[in-house]
Amino acid sequence: MDLQEYIELVFTDYTLRTITLGTAILGAICGMLGSFAVLRKQSLLGDAISHAALPGIAIAFLIIGTKNSSIFLLGALISGLIGTFWIRGITNKTHLKSDTALGLILSLFFGFGMLLLTYIQKLPNANQAGLESYLFGQAATLLESDVWLMAIVTGISLIILLLFWKELKILLFDADFTKTLGFNTKFLDILITSFIVVAIVLGLQTVGVVLMSAMLLAPSAAARQWTNNLAIMVILAAIFGALSGIIGTAISASHNNLSTGPVIVLVAGSFVLFSFIFSPGRGLLFREIRFRKNRNDLQLHKTLSFMYNIASTHEDISHPHAIKILNNFQGFTRKSLQKLEDRDYVKIQGNMWSMTKSGYNTAANLYDQLIKEENE
Amino acid sequence: MSNAQIEIQLIASLVAISCAIPGTFLVLRKMALITDAISHSILPGIVIGFFITHDLSSPLLIIMAAASGVLTVVLVEFIQKTGLVKEDTAIGLVFPALFSIGIILIAQNANDVHLDIDAVLLGELAFAPFDRLMFDGTDLGPKSLWIIGIILLITLGLLFAFFKELKVSTFDAGLASALGLSPVVMHYGLMTVSSITTVGAFDAVGAILVIALMIAPAATAYLLTNNLKKMLILAVIFGVGSAIIGYWVAHVLDSSISGSMTTVLGLLFLMVYLFAPNKGLFSVLYRQKQQRIEVSLLTFLLHLANHEEKEERHVKHLNEHINWQKVRSKSVLNLALKNNMITIHNDIVSLTDKGQHFTTEAIDYIVTNKNSEIENMKDRFFLFRG
Repeated sequence: MDLQEYIELVFTDYTLRTITLGTAILGAICGMLGSFAVLRKQSLLGDAISHAALPGIAIAFLIIGTKNSSIFLLGALISGLIGTFWIRGITNKTHLKSDTALGLILSLFFGFGMLLLTYIQKLPNANQAGLESYLFGQAATLLESDVWLMAIVTGISLIILLLFWKELKILLFDADFTKTLGFNTKFLDILITSFIVVAIVLGLQTVGVVLMSAMLLAPSAAARQWTNNLAIMVILAAIFGALSGIIGTAISASHNNLSTGPVIVLVAGSFVLFSFIFSPGRGLLFREIRFRKNRNDLQLHKTLSFMYNIASTHEDISHPHAIKILNNFQGFTRKSLQKLEDRDYVKIQGNMWSMTKSGYNTAANLYDQLIKEENE
Repeated sequence: MSNAQIEIQLIASLVAISCAIPGTFLVLRKMALITDAISHSILPGIVIGFFITHDLSSPLLIIMAAASGVLTVVLVEFIQKTGLVKEDTAIGLVFPALFSIGIILIAQNANDVHLDIDAVLLGELAFAPFDRLMFDGTDLGPKSLWIIGIILLITLGLLFAFFKELKVSTFDAGLASALGLSPVVMHYGLMTVSSITTVGAFDAVGAILVIALMIAPAATAYLLTNNLKKMLILAVIFGVGSAIIGYWVAHVLDSSISGSMTTVLGLLFLMVYLFAPNKGLFSVLYRQKQQRIEVSLLTFLLHLANHEEKEERHVKHLNEHINWQKVRSKSVLNLALKNNMITIHNDIVSLTDKGQHFTTEAIDYIVTNKNSEIENMKDRFFLFRG
């Protein structure tokens, strides 16, 4: 199946269209809200919340007795919120650290959820529950109504984000300052945390409990590498998230036996990897290039200043010297000598080198930043 | 109790002990979440090991899994060192990616692999007694009992051999390296032991319960004691206790053993979290309330000491001046009266000698800001807190 055919199929096939739309919207909202989670150093909160949502789903099923994904989401939301606030309670009121609190809530809630799930499996009406799909997610079970729900929630959270943009931004970077300005930090904190919980709960059906945290983190971690501006980061993260949803769905749809959730996570992961390496400001590649360039410059300067020391002992600074006497000196290569000549700092004639006037001046003022800046 | 039941409880208890020991150190070192990462990311190791050997019980699987556990730690630390993202983000990025690779590998070869993702997450403790180790035709007991027993022995051996070193490097890495103990070696040693324990326990109880068994007993114990040895012992007791109680709960409910063990651990933690002396939620709230009252009392007395003029010391004036609600100012006033700090004549409040004395010392405390002083002071004045 080639690309064009696939794109046509996306627009004509109901299931594929629903799934693609659903994963794209999910990716966008996760990227958007995930940026806040990442910047607030709450990256792993997503992991804990998504696990903590499981017992809520199971209890919702036990209460209503039939499969109804919006009631399940409500249950997941409630137990996710309970988990979140318990985590805050543990870190605020005891000396246990946040990592312990997260790990505790994650494993304890999930274990309880599994207890309920295995209990439900023994019940007579268990086979219609389909609760297992929440563990690893089944994008194929997405209905149009689910996508609508996602779209509405995304719209609401977008409006809230825009309404409270200034407050959330200032809370993100200087919580104490926000407090002194008279904003209700507790309210803002709860607001943004609740929306993060909502985003996680929405994604459970598609990518599942285990991989949900990556959906939240990966797009924003990738977006963070390209910008230092919050607004741009949020937009970029939403785009990355949506793209990983679309591409992931496409890859898993065109192969047999590839579940959508893990593929989306891996696509998002490759966005992160790409950003880590190739982002111009922070990326590893450009950092390495800058590092090498600096090192080369330093060596060039070292050679130049060595030459300057020799030349300055002579009356005529352009008095030729043998290249051989440079050999004891580290950091001198044929290439760097060539470079010095290219910059018109030295002249090379056969086995001899001689310093030019401009080379002499540069070397004399090498460590004098002021003069250097004036020249530039 | 049948033979199989005893064996299951024995395996569960051994798993609980061998998880509680590294778990205690991980909680103290603030690295609890690395178990979460390890327990998820050993999946691709197991799957690849299985593709090589086509035998689920081969020791190569354990080696591969432990290797991918250590690989996770190395990857996380590499990403942290680049400084591109925060520490916890690095964990959150690495393990879902590795876990996804594992799931995809399983799904791609679903036809010839007898690996079940549910079993990976939950473990199959109930079936553990049926997989027996045979040697020369004699039955030596369940295989997982042997595996976890050996891991436990190694862990205990390392714990006793390196207890001092572990203790120093956990609480003061700088001192440890000054003493010539390499914190790096300790760190990776602990990580390796955690990985191997996770892998060994994983087979029996599944990925999530491993996290619960590592963190929950240690965290519960940490709320009860500040002594490392006591914490280790308490963690082991909590682990084993909830393993056995959890087994019987699962027996009654006819549900997943690992799920019910975790639930028991959760209830245990909840109890300790609420009721622990000194560090539990209720005692913290009670202490905070007392401290609030003490601060109010101090503020009130300081205000009195600062003002000679009568109108400033009028009962009615006080709740306006210090901006307190009526009820609160009344309770503080009563408290001060009961403590013999003040006397009231014609609605004018004045400090007694004791009150005068107390206030002077309180100012000293505020200036020097040493906790030890105020504790002594409370005792000397027999402070009654209402």
